[in-house]
Amino acid sequence: MSVDATTVRRIAHLARIAVSEDEVPHLQGELNAMLAFVEQLSEVNVEGVEPMTSVTPMQMKKRQDVVTDGGIADDIVANAPATEGHFFQVPKVVE
Amino acid sequence: MSTATHKLLKGATGDWEMVIGMEIHAQVISNSKLFSGASTTFGGEPNSHVSLVDAAMPGMLPVINEECVRQAVRTGLGLNAKINLRSVFDRKNYFYPDSPQGYQISQYKSPVVGEGEVLIELDGGRSVTIGIERLHLEQDAGKLLHDQSPSMSFVDLNRCGVALMEIVSKPDIRDAEQAKAYVTKLRSILRYLGTCDGDMEKGSLRADVNVSVRRPGGPLGTRCEIKNMNSINFIGQAIEYEARRQIEILEDGGAIEQETRLYDPNKGETRSMRSKEEAHDYRYFPDPDLLPLEFSQEFVDDLKAKLPELPDKKKMRFVADFGLSAYDASVLVAERESAVFYETVLDKLANRARDAKMAANWVINELFGRLNKEGRDITGSPVNAEQLAAIIDLIGEGTISGKIAKDLFEIVWQEGGDPRALVESRGMKQVTDLSAIEKVVDDIIAANPDKAAQVKDKPQSLGWFVGQVMKASGGKANPQSVNDLLKSKLGV
Repeated sequence: MSVDATTVRRIAHLARIAVSEDEVPHLQGELNAMLAFVEQLSEVNVEGVEPMTSVTPMQMKKRQDVVTDGGIADDIVANAPATEGHFFQVPKVVE
Repeated sequence: MSTATHKLLKGATGDWEMVIGMEIHAQVISNSKLFSGASTTFGGEPNSHVSLVDAAMPGMLPVINEECVRQAVRTGLGLNAKINLRSVFDRKNYFYPDSPQGYQISQYKSPVVGEGEVLIELDGGRSVTIGIERLHLEQDAGKLLHDQSPSMSFVDLNRCGVALMEIVSKPDIRDAEQAKAYVTKLRSILRYLGTCDGDMEKGSLRADVNVSVRRPGGPLGTRCEIKNMNSINFIGQAIEYEARRQIEILEDGGAIEQETRLYDPNKGETRSMRSKEEAHDYRYFPDPDLLPLEFSQEFVDDLKAKLPELPDKKKMRFVADFGLSAYDASVLVAERESAVFYETVLDKLANRARDAKMAANWVINELFGRLNKEGRDITGSPVNAEQLAAIIDLIGEGTISGKIAKDLFEIVWQEGGDPRALVESRGMKQVTDLSAIEKVVDDIIAANPDKAAQVKDKPQSLGWFVGQVMKASGGKANPQSVNDLLKSKLGV
């Protein structure tokens, strides 16, 4: 598996990362190197092997249905570049 | 499926059949969110029901709310669906300000609930089974306000992270009536189960509707998805419009473009949501922050044992045990609150076997009729179940006539009070004392000798005398006694 220049531009767009045209070949090379590296795994025969999700047998931790958090609007918006009355503000997005 | 169960649309070149599938997003009833301890309460000051997890601050990890899992399983059981003891949460990646994570935690390949079915009822006693493809748990998004400023959108994350059940139907729905009946029934089941409040105005229940058209029984056409419908009536209107639009394009030799559309209820039409539809590319992958969701069969069995009686079963019981018509039974079970009210009336009745059917008539005709007239719902009824049961007892035991009962109902509606005491204090008792009625009968016959003479030739004019006697007695005479007395006195 490898990616072409168009795919690189598309992935960048989906992630909303500005990638200039002259950066594309370099990123394409890096991504393809990573894919090739990961692709080595396909050499292993995993026929009939259950995917492993944890090294030790673990059950997912669950939480009780109680309100233990919230009421910290000041903290929530503290780092936002633009806020008003505890709302975040972002450049207008309308469908 | 026979064509009798659904409507075909007439085109210039022949009949067309609609194929409809729905994705319903139902907000789970829980105190806290799916993966955080913040409150799910609707509204609230902006960003006040938000934890650092919901705001996707670096290093925060999701921990699943076990009640949300139970609610999903209960719903699956209520839809007669397969419950998957192991399911997986995935990340659905997309970039938008309503989701600070940059992805929605959802379930893609392994949902918590698999195939099930819902029985829907249509006019004229017809019914159709609609298949359920799956149900999965996922996070709701935040809310954007676009009208607060000319250049900025405002973001409130209070709803962000609240648990949703996405319930996906099979493409089994064939017209707008079925689609409306499906949403209505699903909403009713959710409300019986107490897993979603079904409040469409507040957005607790929203539907995405996939519509395509084809020649009856022919190969499937290309579908369009109408997003974010939050009214059952609009769903019906949008489907009708969208199907017509597609037929027009196809009959003009065009092709349907697969796209997302929005319904504009003011204009009564659907329009394309994005001019350049970007193919969905969510790049799903298993969420590395969450282990698979696993639970035991005992966990499921325990929830199943505690499930409330659902509308289909309740309806069958009303018909079997109380002799109600299928129609009356469906009216009573459609809303959970109505069924609860009727069953409370039954509990209070002195003679349930005798009066259960009359109670159904009273709840449906008098009570619902009156409530509808005043635009109230059953929870705001001025006449409570105990009072209505007392009125029905009074009719059943012959203390008051059905006509007087309507007056009594009106008094209780307006003024409240104990119906039995009201009947005493206002002298509304039915007169069964023959000598008292006889006096009235004699007086009326004496005052109308011509009419009395006619009765022998025209027996149907007896009704006029019954009416006069009832009127003279203020409606309190027992109609059967009046009838018997008149017959013997007039010799018919």
